[in-house]
Amino acid sequence: MHNFDFVKPSTIADAAQALSHEGAQALSGGQTLIPTMKQRLAAPATLVSLTAIPEMQGVCLGDGGLHIGAATPHAVVAREAKAHYPALAALAGGIGDPAVRNRGTIGGSLANNDPAACYPSAVLASGATVVTNTRKIAADDYFQGLFSTALHDGEIITSIVFPIPEKAAYVKFDQPASRFALTGVFVAKYAGGVRVAVTGASQDGVFRWKDAEAALSADFSPAAIKGLAMESGTMIHDLHGTQAYRANLVKVLTGRAVAAALA
Amino acid sequence: MPKDGGIGASTKRREDVRFLTGKGRYTDDINIRGQLHAHFIRSQVAHGTIRKIDTRDAEAMPGVVKVFTSADFAGVGGIPTGWQVTSRDGSVMLEPKHPVLAEGKVRHVGDPIAVVVAETLDQARDAAEAVEIDIDELPAVMDMKAAVQGGPLVHDEIGSNLCYDWGFVEENRAAVDEAFKKAAHVTTLDLVNNRLIANPMEPRVAVGDYEDHSGQHTLYTTSQNPHVIRLLMGAFVLSIPEHKLRVVAPDVGGGFGSKIYHYAEEAFVTKAAQILKRPVKWTSSRSEAFISDAQGRDHQTRIQLALDADNNFMALRCETYANMGAYLSTFAPCIPTWLHGTLLAGNYKTPLVYTNVKAVFTNTVPVDAYRGAGRPEATFQLERVIDKAARELGVSPVELRRKNFIKPDQYPYQTPVAVVYDTGNYDATLDKLLELSDYAGFEARAAESKARGKLRGFGLAHYIEACGIAPSNLVGQLGARAGLYESATVRVNATGSITVFTGSHSHGQGHETTFAQVISDMIGIDASQVEIVHGDTSNTPMGMGTYGSRSLAVGGSAMVKATNKIINKAKKIAAHLMEASEADIELKDGKFTVAGTDKEKTWVDITLAAYVPHNYPLESIEPGLEETAFYDPSNFTYPAGAYGCELEVDPETGKVEILAFTAADDFGNVVNPMIVEGQVHGGLAQGIGQAMLEHCVFDENGQLLSGSFMDYAMPRADDVPFYSVDHSCATPCTHNPLGVKGCGEAGAIGSPPAVVNAVLDALHRGGFTNVTHIDMPVSPSRVWQAMHG
Ligand SMILES: Cc1cc2nc3c(=O)[nH]c(=O)nc-3n(C[C@H](O)[C@H](O)[C@H](O)COP(=O)(O)OP(=O)(O)OC[C@H]3O[C@@H](n4cnc5c(N)ncnc54)[C@H](O)[C@@H]3O)c2cc1C
Repeated sequence: MHNFDFVKPSTIADAAQALSHEGAQALSGGQTLIPTMKQRLAAPATLVSLTAIPEMQGVCLGDGGLHIGAATPHAVVAREAKAHYPALAALAGGIGDPAVRNRGTIGGSLANNDPAACYPSAVLASGATVVTNTRKIAADDYFQGLFSTALHDGEIITSIVFPIPEKAAYVKFDQPASRFALTGVFVAKYAGGVRVAVTGASQDGVFRWKDAEAALSADFSPAAIKGLAMESGTMIHDLHGTQAYRANLVKVLTGRAVAAALA
Repeated sequence: MPKDGGIGASTKRREDVRFLTGKGRYTDDINIRGQLHAHFIRSQVAHGTIRKIDTRDAEAMPGVVKVFTSADFAGVGGIPTGWQVTSRDGSVMLEPKHPVLAEGKVRHVGDPIAVVVAETLDQARDAAEAVEIDIDELPAVMDMKAAVQGGPLVHDEIGSNLCYDWGFVEENRAAVDEAFKKAAHVTTLDLVNNRLIANPMEPRVAVGDYEDHSGQHTLYTTSQNPHVIRLLMGAFVLSIPEHKLRVVAPDVGGGFGSKIYHYAEEAFVTKAAQILKRPVKWTSSRSEAFISDAQGRDHQTRIQLALDADNNFMALRCETYANMGAYLSTFAPCIPTWLHGTLLAGNYKTPLVYTNVKAVFTNTVPVDAYRGAGRPEATFQLERVIDKAARELGVSPVELRRKNFIKPDQYPYQTPVAVVYDTGNYDATLDKLLELSDYAGFEARAAESKARGKLRGFGLAHYIEACGIAPSNLVGQLGARAGLYESATVRVNATGSITVFTGSHSHGQGHETTFAQVISDMIGIDASQVEIVHGDTSNTPMGMGTYGSRSLAVGGSAMVKATNKIINKAKKIAAHLMEASEADIELKDGKFTVAGTDKEKTWVDITLAAYVPHNYPLESIEPGLEETAFYDPSNFTYPAGAYGCELEVDPETGKVEILAFTAADDFGNVVNPMIVEGQVHGGLAQGIGQAMLEHCVFDENGQLLSGSFMDYAMPRADDVPFYSVDHSCATPCTHNPLGVKGCGEAGAIGSPPAVVNAVLDALHRGGFTNVTHIDMPVSPSRVWQAMHG
């Protein structure tokens, strides 16, 4: 690891100020950034820790649904969101291992937008709002492909607001080595319709499976998607699965998520 | 009932007290005053010509003492190979130079090019970024068949990528071909034995130290066999005589074979410490281990089984391409040959076997022994082709095996592949397996799975291994450049406690406990009175170390031999003290008695007399009580067993879940059942890891795709089931004093075919009858592809 400076502001404004300097980078749980620095693939001059800012911590009900501070660790979400949004809590409880869940945060996960990460599917399927220090970004506008988001340089995610669905479930199929999502599907049923978001599968990152949404909005049952075909051309092909395999998983897991949401 | 702490008792491992309380002393815990840190700069391309290495900027950086390149190792030998294989045409294998640091060319990703030595590791790493290296990339040769059919040369100077072309038993080749012509049925199977990365928990570390005034070198290293390293490095690489070179392998956190070999980093720190006159330390990172530790397996095989009209095995034919990687690691040449071709009789009375192995150089990390080494490859192909034959013939895989087993009354059994099995009872282990796994109830369980939409399968595999490695005169004829005896010094202290110095090395096996149990039993003193010392060439007799399930069978035998010498001498002393004839002295429970009398001396009476020889026959017996013995086995040992795997396949996702795994092993006599079970559990986890998860994959340019734990799947606790293991079907080894066979590798050898056979069984039961094989790892994607692809 290269040497770096470290600051730990206690307000969002101070953090934004610190991040406006050349070479500064936000540090949340460090579960992605620190390993990258250890491998000398990143060498920020200053790390700006976001974990001492009270407004960025915690889970509570508020306007528009469940508010989760961006620096809230996965383990806290798993515990505190359970009563309000069990599917989201279960997703958080299935990320990594206890050490990762106690350090890693929802904001870090969303800022990173790993194509195999779990949270992006929940945010997209819930039609959540990503709140930053300068604006509110709708989930549909936020994710822009692999490791790419609508965030500007130095912009800080401060919280995420999740509308609470009537029914929802996340089904993750583990990549055998990393246990990130080889493919994961989040299904959320709202009064206005069903949203289905898929992570881990596409070369373009998390995406909504609109055909399934239409079918499930008409009939929220596993049988409703039986006749649908998932296009495999844009799927990821790697050591752990072919394109056809991932396309199959999307369909199988969507059916299982619907069944789990109904259970 | 075994005596507490004696042979047969499940004594808790004494070494675990220090390991579990953080008191283990591993090589990385060794820090010597004034020590420098070495950082290796490794090739990022698989194949290329080194045009230029400019170290000037780096050498000017803070803390940097020196940047080494191959130029600094000009007078130094290459890393030697410990085994020479002879090809079918009588020529010896091609043996290209393996320099400590790359000379002229790089040949795999990870090949060391230069080393920065600095005051701190961070300074060394910073400076490494300033070393300018200019490499002209060359096309990499990755595919073994392409490599021998005119692919780019890994080593230009030897003119070929074919290391050797070995045939065994060459004289049987024509007879085997003839048998295939006459066969009523021939089953053919093409398969891959997947390349693995050993990944012991502790990565490799080496610390070199040099004493200028005496010329004494010390190397602390993570080795399974410090004497072998001293011999290879001292004699062949650095020209340091043994008395000036001490090699210490302290606590070592697992090896699985990967810490047998002599590595460039060991020679580097030893030499650099001498040049710089300061200690030099290198600690491998996990990422570095992925590209610098010798890897395992990587065979491509066509296996064929010929059967007569009564389903008797007539002949077996195997054609294998074995990947050596870019250089020959220490024992690489013998793995696909003498540890593989000699095992292809398996548990069966197949009269004719022929194996052809082509060993090939590619632009990949070197490959060498990994838990089982050659024997897993032999077992996998044999047990897969038998299962396939059973399916083709519509007979039960259980009965086809049983019909062809060597029977209990046929021992000693001369196989057609040189080795002679001393004992065994394969019907017994099979019966035990079927009983423990409730084979009779399988159909009902399969029906229950089916009702839940899952496909259930049962897979059987038998294995035999040649362990207790090895008779020196035999391996010498086969090309070994070392003997494979083992040694022990048993030092009885004046007040009766015992210190044993063994040439074996424990890096997880529990020798400190089991070896003490043996001595405790032989003399009748408490095991706590016995200390086992290993791992330091300065106090242990020359020994060959630990691998090939040899420690108890060979090292333990040396210790028994030395202890018998002690007992004989002690009896002489006792006879003198009790004024009796030596022949009448008996030793039992730590007491010497004279037969037919009530005379008695304790063990301590005798040991004290030996060291305080006031009343002592000094004219005929030396004082003291210390003996050394070397034991060279007269044969291999042949552990064998039956393994059964029961699993479910999810037909929608291809995911395999192992529900039960049963092992019925014959290890001969067992000294510590708990440790034996632990060894089997670990071996099974590794075998299941190979079968289901682990895969070292390079792309066509030689870049490692599975270069970290994010992509290389190690088995975790929830990937493996609770095991049912048994070793009650014991047929003791006939030719070593303890009657032991070895248990360290069995699990890893026998389990992969059981898993794959079970997956195939599940698929067939589910109607996917056109699937005849799936290569390991049987990942969800591969299983699904086989069903639906
Ligand atoms: C062993 C392991 C297993 C894992 N398994 C899973 C898994 O199964 N599923 C899964 O989804 N993830 C998994 N992860 C990833 C984990 O969830 C991480 O926590 C997450 O990817 C990053 O969150 P973090 O808080 O650690 O972010 P950091 O590493 O601190 O930061 C990541 C990036 O986001 C930026 N950043 C952080 N916070 C903010 C913010 N508030 N605003 C703007 N930018 C910000 C940083 O500058 C950095 O670029 C795993 C990680 C590990 C190490």
